[in-house]
Amino acid sequence: MQYENEMTVQFKAISENEAFARVTAATFVSQLNPTVSDITDIKTAVSEAVTNAIIHGYENKDGIVSLFCGYIKDKVTIIVTDKGKGIPNIEQARQPLYTSKPELERSGMGFTVMETFMDSMIVESVEGVGTKITMVKVINREAFL
Amino acid sequence: MIEFQKKSVVLIVKIQGEIDHHCAAILREKIEKEFQKSDTKHLIFDFKDVTFMDSSGIGMVIGRYKSVMAYGGKTVVANANEKVSQIFQMAGMQRIIPQYASVTEALKAIGGVKNAV
Repeated sequence: MQYENEMTVQFKAISENEAFARVTAATFVSQLNPTVSDITDIKTAVSEAVTNAIIHGYENKDGIVSLFCGYIKDKVTIIVTDKGKGIPNIEQARQPLYTSKPELERSGMGFTVMETFMDSMIVESVEGVGTKITMVKVINREAFL
Repeated sequence: MIEFQKKSVVLIVKIQGEIDHHCAAILREKIEKEFQKSDTKHLIFDFKDVTFMDSSGIGMVIGRYKSVMAYGGKTVVANANEKVSQIFQMAGMQRIIPQYASVTEALKAIGGVKNAV
């Protein structure tokens, strides 16, 4: 797909980079002059996807997370990829309140939050290969004064 | 990042800044420690100065609710903004942890707190 503008960053799978990733995505998307609400939705969705990659994909071991952001007109695509352990049962993982790690006080709401705040979410995962989360959102532009 | 205030048997936890998986682990430890040593029974989370929260906040709040409940106390949330409330509601959290528009209202709701405000 030919995007009008796009960017990719790769970073180490450590929890400090959750904030880095969402701020980077928000800064890139801010070129479209979206509403504060839309920026918050995108930041939250990116934070969820990157946290999943770190906790579940790599289980806090070494790894690289990739964040892609691209847009055509008002349609923003965000892709978060890891080369971690993969999700054995995607349907189960997407269920609200399901978590494979309750001992870490995970609520199991990550995918639900991503689905709610973005217009669409596709989860692709192969065990032992990795996981790719593709999210799309059509943003509303802030009115010019 | 976090401020504690004791009002009678209520510990008010004011969180400042962002709550994600990284910060939640730190908050969890600090709140648990303070709650144990403060000789309080109930917990109010003041979200007035929370600028960002993802679903890690749900786990962090419910985790503390469980600790407080073990001592027969109540946990409530005050001053959550629209997005934060939306995330809490997605998880159905309001059924066990009520939300209030201010700390004053939260203190009243907990009840039995003399000279609380």
